[in-house]
Amino acid sequence: MLARPDLDAGVAVWDDYLHLRDNPAGETQDLWQHEAGCGAWLVVTRDTVSHEISGVKLAADVKRTMGAVS
Amino acid sequence: MRFSGLRVLREGLTGNKGWSPHWRDPEPKAEYDAIIIGGGGHGLSTAYYLAKKHGMTNIAVLEKGYLGGGNVGRNTTIVRANYGLEGNSQFYSHSLKLWEGLEQDLNYNAMMSQRGVLMLCHSDGQRDAFARRGNMMINQGDDAELLSVEGVRRTLPYLDFENTRFPIYGGLLHRRGGTARHDAVAWGYARGADQRGVDLIQQCEVKGIDIENGIVKGVQTTRGAIRAKKVGVVVAGRSSQVAAMAGMRLPIESHVLQAFVTEGLKPVIDHVVSFGMGHFYISQSDKGGLVFGGDLDFYASYAARGNMPMMEHVMEAGMTLMPMIGKAKVLRSWGGIMDMTPDGSPIIDKTETEGLFVNCGWCYGGFKAVPGSGDAFAHLMATGERHAAAAAFRLDRFRTGVGLMDEEATGSQHNLH
Amino acid sequence: MRIAGKGLVDRNRRVRFSFDGISYDGFAGDTVASALLANGVTLMGRSFKYHRPRGVLSAGSEEPNALITVGKGAGAEPNVRATQAEIYDGLVAKSQNAWPSLDFDVMAVNDLAAPFLGAGFYYKTFMWPKKFWEAIYEPVIRKAAGLGALSGKANEDAYEKAFAFCDLLVIGAGPAGLMAALVAGRAGADVILADEDCLMGGRLNAESGAVGHQSGAGWAASVVAELAAMENVRLMSRTTVAGAYDGRMYGALERVNQHTSRRSGGAPLECFWRIAAKHSILAAGAIERPVAFQNNDRPGIMTAGAVRAYLNRWGVSPGKRVAVFGNNDDAHRTARDLVKAGVHVVALIDSRAGAVIEGFDGQVFKGAQVCNSGGRKALESITVRVASGEEEALQVDCLAMSGGWNPSVHLTCHMNGRPTWREDLQAFVPTEGAVPDMTVAGACNGVFSTAGCLADGVAAGKAALKALGKWAVEVDVLAAEDAAYRMEPLWAVAGKGRAWLDFQNDVSVKDIKQAAVENFMSVEHMKRYTTQGMATDQGKSSNVAALAILADATGRGIPETGTTTFRPPYVPVAIAAMGAGGQGHGFAPERLTTSHKRSVEMGAPMIEAGLWYRPSYFPKAGEATWRESCDREVGYVRKSVGVCDVSTLGKIDIQGPDAAKLLDFVYTNMFSTLKVGRVRYGLMLREDGHVMDDGTCARLDEQHYVMTTTTAAAGNVMRHLEFVTQCLHPEWQVAFTSVTEQWAQFAIAGPKARELLNGLLDKAIDGESWPFMACGAVSIGGVQGRLFRISFSGEHAYELAVPARYGVALFDALVTRAEALGGGPYGMEALNVLRIEKGFITHAEIEGRATAFDIGMERMISTKKDCVGKVMAARKGLVNQERPQLVGFKPVDADAELSGGAHLFERGADAVRVNHQGHISSVAYSPALERMIGLGFLSRGPERMGEVVRMVDHMRGLDTEVEVCNPVFLDPEGERVRG
Repeated sequence: MLARPDLDAGVAVWDDYLHLRDNPAGETQDLWQHEAGCGAWLVVTRDTVSHEISGVKLAADVKRTMGAVS
Repeated sequence: MRFSGLRVLREGLTGNKGWSPHWRDPEPKAEYDAIIIGGGGHGLSTAYYLAKKHGMTNIAVLEKGYLGGGNVGRNTTIVRANYGLEGNSQFYSHSLKLWEGLEQDLNYNAMMSQRGVLMLCHSDGQRDAFARRGNMMINQGDDAELLSVEGVRRTLPYLDFENTRFPIYGGLLHRRGGTARHDAVAWGYARGADQRGVDLIQQCEVKGIDIENGIVKGVQTTRGAIRAKKVGVVVAGRSSQVAAMAGMRLPIESHVLQAFVTEGLKPVIDHVVSFGMGHFYISQSDKGGLVFGGDLDFYASYAARGNMPMMEHVMEAGMTLMPMIGKAKVLRSWGGIMDMTPDGSPIIDKTETEGLFVNCGWCYGGFKAVPGSGDAFAHLMATGERHAAAAAFRLDRFRTGVGLMDEEATGSQHNLH
Repeated sequence: MRIAGKGLVDRNRRVRFSFDGISYDGFAGDTVASALLANGVTLMGRSFKYHRPRGVLSAGSEEPNALITVGKGAGAEPNVRATQAEIYDGLVAKSQNAWPSLDFDVMAVNDLAAPFLGAGFYYKTFMWPKKFWEAIYEPVIRKAAGLGALSGKANEDAYEKAFAFCDLLVIGAGPAGLMAALVAGRAGADVILADEDCLMGGRLNAESGAVGHQSGAGWAASVVAELAAMENVRLMSRTTVAGAYDGRMYGALERVNQHTSRRSGGAPLECFWRIAAKHSILAAGAIERPVAFQNNDRPGIMTAGAVRAYLNRWGVSPGKRVAVFGNNDDAHRTARDLVKAGVHVVALIDSRAGAVIEGFDGQVFKGAQVCNSGGRKALESITVRVASGEEEALQVDCLAMSGGWNPSVHLTCHMNGRPTWREDLQAFVPTEGAVPDMTVAGACNGVFSTAGCLADGVAAGKAALKALGKWAVEVDVLAAEDAAYRMEPLWAVAGKGRAWLDFQNDVSVKDIKQAAVENFMSVEHMKRYTTQGMATDQGKSSNVAALAILADATGRGIPETGTTTFRPPYVPVAIAAMGAGGQGHGFAPERLTTSHKRSVEMGAPMIEAGLWYRPSYFPKAGEATWRESCDREVGYVRKSVGVCDVSTLGKIDIQGPDAAKLLDFVYTNMFSTLKVGRVRYGLMLREDGHVMDDGTCARLDEQHYVMTTTTAAAGNVMRHLEFVTQCLHPEWQVAFTSVTEQWAQFAIAGPKARELLNGLLDKAIDGESWPFMACGAVSIGGVQGRLFRISFSGEHAYELAVPARYGVALFDALVTRAEALGGGPYGMEALNVLRIEKGFITHAEIEGRATAFDIGMERMISTKKDCVGKVMAARKGLVNQERPQLVGFKPVDADAELSGGAHLFERGADAVRVNHQGHISSVAYSPALERMIGLGFLSRGPERMGEVVRMVDHMRGLDTEVEVCNPVFLDPEGERVRG
């Protein structure tokens, strides 16, 4: 979700990024925003079957550790 | 056996001993001409039309649980053809025509009740948008009327016209829309398919799809391996898991939609009513309960249950719209698993694997599509060609941008439709 | 009949209430059920399908039969359980689902038609003639459905919602719950103890056993007193915890004033609580099972535990000649208690041949079953079938039956948990871990003796404290009865007639077996086909028995047959309670501009724009229609000067070294090249290539921009900027914040705009210092403001912003000066006309499905840089010429009406979907062109200028010809705006 493709990555890559999903019944990571509060975007690791949340990180921190940003 | 009032009378007079199973419990064969994965509304109707219209009876429906145990058994039972965009318009119109006469076709009382669907609007702009939709409906050959606020007041006098937060400007009335008994629809299609020789295999979970050189060969299930040259995947919220067995990723995200029913009450709401400024729509079942719901909970989920904030929002919307329901008590709340697509519209298409077909992405609007979806999917599976009414439901439309049907106009975000 | 010397009711306080028009007396502490029984009334309702006479089955919220309507007018509440309704002076109650009266109900004829009305009969018939279903059958079925009726009037009672927080939520204040709360309370934890009843103590108030040296009820009261004195403990009686949710959240309904006549003065009738608890203990007790036998549903037949409750808690014997029938030792207590109270117990019938019966000297039948009963509107006799098969009739007016106990597992299933079958209890118990951080204790965990519950409650309290990281203090567990639970299953007594399982929905053993025959073999299928468990009690008294019978009929064990799951709410909760605050204007916040009050004073009708209110028009005396006012206001802007409050548009203040990078990325066009002191129009796409919003962005300084958004999209854009800067480019040094509410902003538009401003600004401006699209700081009477020379009307115009606290003062000053110059304020209607005349778009055009290509702005997507939406906007489907594109429309007939939402066709083409070529998105009457004009989208529109097409609006009955034209109807060169 945080790995936005390059301009020249091609339509197939962009289609995958924007539309296709693993959509697991189990552990997943999604982006949540603390909209009514500080506005922080968060990468939340949780289970889509039990709704238990096992991890929360600031999206900005996760993005920063994803390597060089262009 | 044929169902009828006479039959009920005869059986009642002779101790009700003559009733027989509504469907068989056959053992799965080693091979079929076609397999339908998913014994919900769409899977059962597909099987029915494959048998009835295309003469394909050597087919099986594989259901991992009990027939109709998924979304078809837990929706708010609304049937309508009031979509505004090309692609959807002709499909739901076709589906509605199949609804009309369904009982007679299936010989099962699906209790289709065309009591009218009224969508309320709360601004000039929204009224124009509804007019646009209503015009599409008329142009499609269906019915629509744009009511003024006076017209709405005459039809639904119990709405709050004076104190509500978002005043009612009018509404779009679709008289041929209404409700049907969801379980009966599933069971009617099941019985109809079974009577024509279709094997309905319950407690049979597909664990793998066998593909060789890009051609589907069959499936692996908890009840053994079954060969088939044609496999149709129609498993709603589970679409991604089954598609993954064929090495496919789908543009699907599974979300939870909550719905509610109150205790049974004497008739008080005779239409299907939807609120235009909040997520709330309601009707009253023939058992007397008010059946209503609102929006998704907005996060991916397979739990089939929602949380309090959205539930409260739905109740609050109900109170601002029709405060007379305040003393109705919610009896039960539940949730389903909605297979959401980026544009909120469905997918009925072939895949890159020869013989493998997929029918999914009905979001939270699948119930009204049960007849049309089954008819279209059966046509596709039997002939290899898309049904004219469902030609727009292409899997590749997200990649090409051709023929997107974004009714909610919220864009490529699965959780906003 | 009332029994002297028994019960916890206050015999010093008489209460008078009415039921079906007849006045009865009771005592404070009575429920409608107990008071009616005390008055010898046993007929309290009629069943749903067959309208069979019914009495009360239980003494709790699980009651399936005695459902009444309480209250009058708008306050009338249907489906109230008579077993829960506490009486107060003046309470008015009515029976339901019977006509003309409870005693003589015409619909009881259904019972005679029972062979034809079995499970699922309606699926097999009502299909012919086709039209009859909706015309005749369905209306009849609907009228017969439901039990109570809504009044049809808008709710007038006050409901509230609240939050509560605690370390430990104890659900149920019976022996287990009280001990758990005591343990945790003494350890200093923040405890909430909630109980459904008005009197805490659970079954201790219904039994005659002692705890320590006190009566059970007395001990419970003393514990409650100790808990009440603890500051860290909150007691919530009359509060049913109805649902368990994610995040350790619980929903609970408190019946704050249901037991009083207090309705006005803000006293809430009910409060819906959201309780956040780190840990919870479910001590919800157990519900007794009836036994299924022919005619087991007559008024006077109730559960054995309920008979004890009426006797010991309310001092009422439900009959004068009582029989007790059960499959367990617990039922014997009813016989003993009744005898001790001086009530004649005709017989004690135990289905177990080897039953050990102690302390009862009356007539005993072992290995025997009650197989029938007699007496239509009140029990008169029962038939006992002994081991040999012989049958004997006994004259009784009350039968206390017990099929065993079902632990109340419901809440543990709310989060997809399934309970576990206990073969020894012949019942389901909660599965460990089914709800995170919930411990189960007492009867709902399968511990049925009082001593067992007390100990289990202590254990649960200690476990909870450990989980919370707190130290437990020792608690004495007093002596109490510790009988083993001896029971042998008896689900249904063999026999010919209908043996009832689900009392309310009239589902019998036959129906379950019938469902199995018709292959509805899964428990879900059986439930849906027969409607067992779908009544207002959600099967509390029938689920397990029905399951057992289904298992038997299909040759499977009970665990193999499965179980249906339970879902919130545990008891039905009023929509008004869960929706408290939503009625009327409470549903959503109201956002008001600084000129709101003034606009209202000027008579402007205020209309909703999202959550905001904006003036529609400012009527002047003598104007008869809104159009007159609107035309006049348009004239202000075209000819002199108009003033409009535009504060509602989103304003986002963006600063930092990388502010320009952010703007270049979110806008399709370049903003890093924008000079300081200039404003530029910007287009913003979603990542899928469709237009998200448009607006202007002003560069106030090198690293300081102010972005505007449309009113509707402000929130979306803000979220988008946060997403971009946090999730995609956290390396950018940029900060931004919404300042929509911090600045009051007004449009000043028209040929005299500069003249007006120069009368206000501390420093005058001219065309050179302030050209079109200039911006900067200005001072008005010493107040620091911002001035932007931008126009949404096509006239020479500005927008002036001041800190919000000066908003109304500025508005007054602007309006006064405008009027002096021959102009004045203008509202939304005029604003809309002005912008349509100039072809400016709003979200009526960019409604979420439009692309830059559609609105003719594809060239605004800079080729020199990346931006959000760039790649996907180039998808072939989004740049197809056949797509409807933005053009203007003029009616061929000058007097013709145009409408938004109308569809467009080629001239002469049929108005059918396949010929559809576009639609009209916005229309207005143009005073300048003296006709209506419109904006809309037409396939290949820009190539078809001058072509006449057909406009059809079936909704408004319009069918007219329109000419395709330039969407900029006035001053297409834009000379006026640059003046």
